[in-house]
Amino acid sequence: MAKILAIVISNLFINNYILFKFMGLCPFLGVSKETKPAFSMGLAVIFVLLLSGLMTWTVYQYVLLPFGIDYMRTVVFILIIAASVQFIEMVILKISPVLYRALGIYLPLITTNCVVLGVTVLNTEDFFAGGSAVTGSFFYSMLQALFAGLGFMFVLLLMSGIRERLELADIPESMDGLPIAFIVASLMSLAFMGFIGIKI
Amino acid sequence: MMRRLWHEFTKGIFQENPIFFIVLGLCPTLAVSTSINNAVGMGLAATFVLVCSNVFIAAIRHFIPDKIRIPCYIVVIASFVVIVEMVMKAYAPALNRALGVYVPLIVVNCIILGRAEAFASKNPVLLSLADGLGMGLGFMLALLIISAIREVLGSGKLAGYSVASGFEPALVLSLAPGALLILGLLMGGIKWLKSLRS
Amino acid sequence: MNNKFIVSSSPHIQKSESVAKIMGTVNAALLPAGIIGVYIFGMSSLWLILVSIAVAVATEALIQKGRHQKITISDGSAFMTGLLLAYNLPPRCPLWVAAIGSFFAIAIAKQAFGGLGRNIFNPALAGRAFLLAAWPQHLTAFSRPFAYDSVTSATPLHLLKEGKARDLADMGLGYWDLFVGNRGGSLGEVCILALVLGGLYLLWRGIIRWQIPVSFIATVGVMTWVFGSKEGFFRGDGLFHVLSGGLVLGAIYMATDYVTSPITKKGQIIFGVGCGALTTVIRLWGGYPEGVCYSILIMNSMVPLIDRFVKKRRYGVAQNA
Repeated sequence: MAKILAIVISNLFINNYILFKFMGLCPFLGVSKETKPAFSMGLAVIFVLLLSGLMTWTVYQYVLLPFGIDYMRTVVFILIIAASVQFIEMVILKISPVLYRALGIYLPLITTNCVVLGVTVLNTEDFFAGGSAVTGSFFYSMLQALFAGLGFMFVLLLMSGIRERLELADIPESMDGLPIAFIVASLMSLAFMGFIGIKI
Repeated sequence: MMRRLWHEFTKGIFQENPIFFIVLGLCPTLAVSTSINNAVGMGLAATFVLVCSNVFIAAIRHFIPDKIRIPCYIVVIASFVVIVEMVMKAYAPALNRALGVYVPLIVVNCIILGRAEAFASKNPVLLSLADGLGMGLGFMLALLIISAIREVLGSGKLAGYSVASGFEPALVLSLAPGALLILGLLMGGIKWLKSLRS
Repeated sequence: MNNKFIVSSSPHIQKSESVAKIMGTVNAALLPAGIIGVYIFGMSSLWLILVSIAVAVATEALIQKGRHQKITISDGSAFMTGLLLAYNLPPRCPLWVAAIGSFFAIAIAKQAFGGLGRNIFNPALAGRAFLLAAWPQHLTAFSRPFAYDSVTSATPLHLLKEGKARDLADMGLGYWDLFVGNRGGSLGEVCILALVLGGLYLLWRGIIRWQIPVSFIATVGVMTWVFGSKEGFFRGDGLFHVLSGGLVLGAIYMATDYVTSPITKKGQIIFGVGCGALTTVIRLWGGYPEGVCYSILIMNSMVPLIDRFVKKRRYGVAQNA
């Protein structure tokens, strides 16, 4: 139970992928100008994280490790992620054209979103020890994928709200655009430092 | 021809610097710029992958089917990243531990895929080599600037050596908020300098 | 702004006198707590306040001059930021630390966003969070009340967090000590009596509304009462948590900042409860002894979404939209 809570809180806040690991900064800056697309992007990332988390864990455990080719992790994982993205795109197109219209343009971008590769690689480092899966490894990996995605979406939504408000502000010419977005991110990361060391 | 080569080489370092002007590859820039040593390591690794993948993709550019070109590029890039990973693990284990997950993440560094798509897929090998080298060095230069500022102000050291006694470093600059702050201010500063010139 | 005929959407420019009046009233309400702070901790605290204010005002003036804008330091807002920052620092904090914090608060947290009314985060708190992350050794060295020396001592919240004391009696203090300010702590946070009187004055003058302070403080009180003890639920000392740390200062004077808090009453209650819950989580389970500063900053970043969410429902166009 304690470990579950630790994973949840760490992924959502303390080690938030955007604010403390800088993964997924490109969509964070690119898709955070309005709230609605930010929400869709967050949802798409969660989908992709869950599916590729599932696939990479399975392949790592049952293919890469038994055959002793875990050094191929990076190549295999990125291919799996690209395939998952493609697969989700096709499924969503079939099931819900409305959702596809909302998420469609973001899905291809997710292949090169560091969060996805980062989380899947970290899963193999956090929940595998000495070449084999630790107890509950699969469950923890999926939990990490889910809450990494939720943490990403949460910060993306906050940022989009702030940037909508900044549209109206008289920001100094040279700070406008990306520089101020980085300053906002910096102050958010400063605020989120309050969560450091939380133990429940 | 020499002139063209020179142009492709220098543009990445200055006027099209991937970090300051095109704003790509931010994730490693912020994460590993806590010290100059890490910055050099990451810069060299990324430059190696960039140059190799640029050359390789330029060489086979006529054989890659247009529809699946992006997955092809990714596989090429990932293969070179695996080489870097293995070499680093064997010969520089300390650096490998310091850079951690950010070594495999070179695969999704947008600079590399971006150059493959925008340049190497349309240009001959030699030009792609110059382009890759220039972009790689530009990336490294930006990393060096940011990491020098962060290391000196954040931990009072430069490349591991103490710079001044009696100076109390601002710890925050070696933490995440400091990385974002420094990059934001540098970008603002560059924008301001540009506006002064025009 | 020499063009008087500029057409713009609301909100329209307010009279600057009214801004100055509000800021003046808040500054006046804050003053007693500072005077008592200087009385408790000695003259070095006075220097801290003066340097902090001077740097804040000078930074604001310089940036506005650099941007060729009207210099608005007479509206008292930069003065207030400097004052609040000093109130949030340990009484014997080095002056250069306060100066850098003041500069950061005005230059980065306020003017980079376009100045008064545009900042997302409370400038004084952003300055304090920056300093705490930059020089933790100076920001956690608190002095003893009425000792006027450089011997450092822990605040009641520090003692509790580090397990050096289990309750007030262990610390040799009573509720009355906490209420009047006879304890270690930040310069302006210790005298609850003065802070509450100032807050009542602001309430009476209609400068602040009760929603944020009351929901913030009540949430902390109730949550620490329920969860605050390791011996079981409903056995925590809520009153201790309400009276210690920067809770009262933060809830009355910083969480209520117009610019960085929600517009609607309902939004303000959500904001206050959020601040209170985060403060409790950090105090009871977090790595830092005090969480008021962080919790307000985190809730600041949620204000645009709160405003959006709450406003939407008020129009009642479509109930389930």
